[in-house]
Amino acid sequence: MLSFIARRVGLLIPTFFGITLLTFALIRLIPGDPVEVMMGERRVDPEMHAQAMERLGLNKPLYAQYIDYVGKLAHGDLGESLRTRESVWSEFTSLFPATLELSIAALIFAGILGLLAGVIAALKRGSLFDHGVMGISLAGYSMPIFWWGLVLIMFFSVSLGWTPVSGRIDLLYDIPPRTGFMLIDTLLSDDQGAFLDALHHLILPAIVLGTIPLAVIARMTRSSMLEVLREDYVRTARAKGLSPARVVFVHGLRNALIPVLTVFGLQVGTLLAGAVLTETIFSWPGIGKWLIEAIGARDYPVVQNGILLIACLVILVNFVVDILYGLANPRIRHQR
Amino acid sequence: MKLISLRNSIALALFSVAIGVSAKPLVVCTEASPEGFDIVQYTTAVTADASAETILERLVAFTPGTTDTVPGLAESWEISPDGLTYVFRLRHGVKFQTIDSFKPSRDMNADDVLWSFRRQLDPKHPWHDKSLTGFPYFESMDFNNLLKSVDKIDDYTVKFTLSRPESPFLRDLAMPFTSIYSAEYADQLLKSGKTAELNSKPVGTGPFILTRYAKDAQVRYKANPDYWKGVVPSEVLVFAITLDNNTRLQKLKANECQVALYPKPDDIDSIRKDPNLKLDEMEAMMISYVAMNTSHKYLSDVRVRQAINLAFDKQAYIKALFGEGKATAGVGPYPPTMLGYDTSIKNPTRDLAKARALLKEAGVPEGQVFTLFARNGGAVTNPNPLLGAQMLQSDLAQVGIKVDIRVLEWGEMLKRAKNGEHDMVFAGWAGDNGDPDNFVTPNLSCAAAQNGENYARWCNKAFEEAITAARANTDPAERAELYKQAQQVFNQEQPWISLAYPKLFTAMRKNVEGYHINPLTNNNFTTTGVK
Repeated sequence: MLSFIARRVGLLIPTFFGITLLTFALIRLIPGDPVEVMMGERRVDPEMHAQAMERLGLNKPLYAQYIDYVGKLAHGDLGESLRTRESVWSEFTSLFPATLELSIAALIFAGILGLLAGVIAALKRGSLFDHGVMGISLAGYSMPIFWWGLVLIMFFSVSLGWTPVSGRIDLLYDIPPRTGFMLIDTLLSDDQGAFLDALHHLILPAIVLGTIPLAVIARMTRSSMLEVLREDYVRTARAKGLSPARVVFVHGLRNALIPVLTVFGLQVGTLLAGAVLTETIFSWPGIGKWLIEAIGARDYPVVQNGILLIACLVILVNFVVDILYGLANPRIRHQR
Repeated sequence: MKLISLRNSIALALFSVAIGVSAKPLVVCTEASPEGFDIVQYTTAVTADASAETILERLVAFTPGTTDTVPGLAESWEISPDGLTYVFRLRHGVKFQTIDSFKPSRDMNADDVLWSFRRQLDPKHPWHDKSLTGFPYFESMDFNNLLKSVDKIDDYTVKFTLSRPESPFLRDLAMPFTSIYSAEYADQLLKSGKTAELNSKPVGTGPFILTRYAKDAQVRYKANPDYWKGVVPSEVLVFAITLDNNTRLQKLKANECQVALYPKPDDIDSIRKDPNLKLDEMEAMMISYVAMNTSHKYLSDVRVRQAINLAFDKQAYIKALFGEGKATAGVGPYPPTMLGYDTSIKNPTRDLAKARALLKEAGVPEGQVFTLFARNGGAVTNPNPLLGAQMLQSDLAQVGIKVDIRVLEWGEMLKRAKNGEHDMVFAGWAGDNGDPDNFVTPNLSCAAAQNGENYARWCNKAFEEAITAARANTDPAERAELYKQAQQVFNQEQPWISLAYPKLFTAMRKNVEGYHINPLTNNNFTTTGVK
């Protein structure tokens, strides 16, 4: 097992450097620089432009800029945003909890419903329920997020008034950000109603963001369950006279979970990267929108280090999934 | 000497009494996060709204909803006959805001004015290099060359000396980049090594004090109890940052915000029909246009440019992109609400036969390809760039011109257009100060043609002489005449297709009072409250 972990860690180092090089190069390949974009259609005095580029260190040759960048990284310095002058780390840590909170809520929603729907569909293969679940999950997978979000807002928020339209909490509450996780911050505040209000705000965005993962998990659980239920050991368990619930959940689902777990891990990356549309519709202050704006503004430190931080998280999640996968399936950890 | 007008403050005081001070927060759904609060480092309207229209003030102010200048932090001023010296007498008893980390020990005075301008003007000033990207607005308005010096006469008198007469100068001093900062606060920050806090914990003399900013979520303010004009109607002002205009409208309908900025033209009619909502609208100081690159083959020939203008169906474009009544057809280089607009100039009637004849005369071969740049994503001046580009493409195909549409990301489009890589480019301009010079000099002067900001790369001697003379002249009637001359030249030469003068809209709940939509597109909530 240790050598398995060591192999995986060994792969992380080149991946990390690959990402730094890729983000550094890609953002610089786009025409325009931070000063020009800031000036927009207005006049750019060439002398002032040159001075600003010098102050930003962008007049140096590219290799020197890259060495500076990696050197700073080695010292744990992620630099500061060229637009807001705030440190990239502080911006990331103020926005990331919002994305994480939303992603966790979406994953819980997708995980519970997806597993349940997938298992039932597999057990009732060929039934109306099975066809219904598969049809709905195909529709959910193909749903344009923007449209879906707006439809839910118009129906549940504007017509029925059940949920708020957008944001993380009613603006009447002025909650100081302690952890950045609104649900925790509201619990820490003295305001009793704030937690429920924050939870209320989380419902629609979590449903919208969780729709695609829900569809993927439901379909994957169904097909994996179907495969497992045909296995000899399941037949043996049934023949032994075990209860149907024990057969399904202990012998069936446990083994069917291995591919589902992989998909679940991959969905974390999809959620973190794909949250931008949900964040835009629901005015959710997360990292997706932050990165898109930074690319538009050619805010090099934010783009480079923001992507790096997210990539590190995705790598970490996949690493953990790899380990769990290895733990669950001995054949994998012994593969060379 | 210009006399003081107290119109503003009296109106505000009366307004506060009339609707009462509201403890309910006024929530405004805005379209983006401010980049920071030290406005002189930035150029965007959203940052100006969050800082210059709430926290900071200037020597001169615009009367709400107009571009007329009135005294602000300066009570009065004198202009020398040669137009080179401006002496401002400052208002007494104006207090800077008190925040957790700063308590002012004195009132606003000449030192604050000097600090605010010298910081941007003087490269040796200790704060000059604290702005990494410089002072973009100050520099783009050429203030680094225009301002010869800013001197203190006494504690309440400041003298500005210019290097050339500049008629729009007073209006410039009402613009965000000339905001007045507290020199005392700046000294405190410099001594404690916390200069970045000028951008995150701003202090000004304005009606609102920043209390919290959560990026991409909200900006919160409380009313400034020491505001020199008295109490403002809203005790708490919140900008709810709501990027998507569909969501802004839904939030407004659900009363999660009381004011929603920049509704989509498509939604205007439904807002009008909603019994709980109302609209404020205005002919804004904006123009959208297509610049034709006059340095390129064929487009350097005025007949080709005339032919393109004759072939383009402007009315269909306006109807498709803005909708009936939401924009008027563009004619000249600036909107009709501004000084010297020449009403005698009309758009020509669409005439494909004449356009074809002109193209033939100019030797343009059938099927000649012109590249057309359009940005991805809409803006107030161009809600749907791709659709607009396709309409122009289809119209020009009817006279034998092929249009190669290139949809580019904004920053890339700016770069390529400034390099002159385009044949035609969709562009727009929103006025900064209500002066025609602010439209014609940045977009059509010879200097701008040289550095690429004049996307038509059009430099015309007669036009240049007229706008240069108008800039130096202080007599409004003479200036108007000069601008009319310039418009006649523009109309003959047609470096642009002047597409549209878009209207500006703000949607709000019926119980919102005292909001003035502004032709310069900035949003000020000093007099706004919820009944």
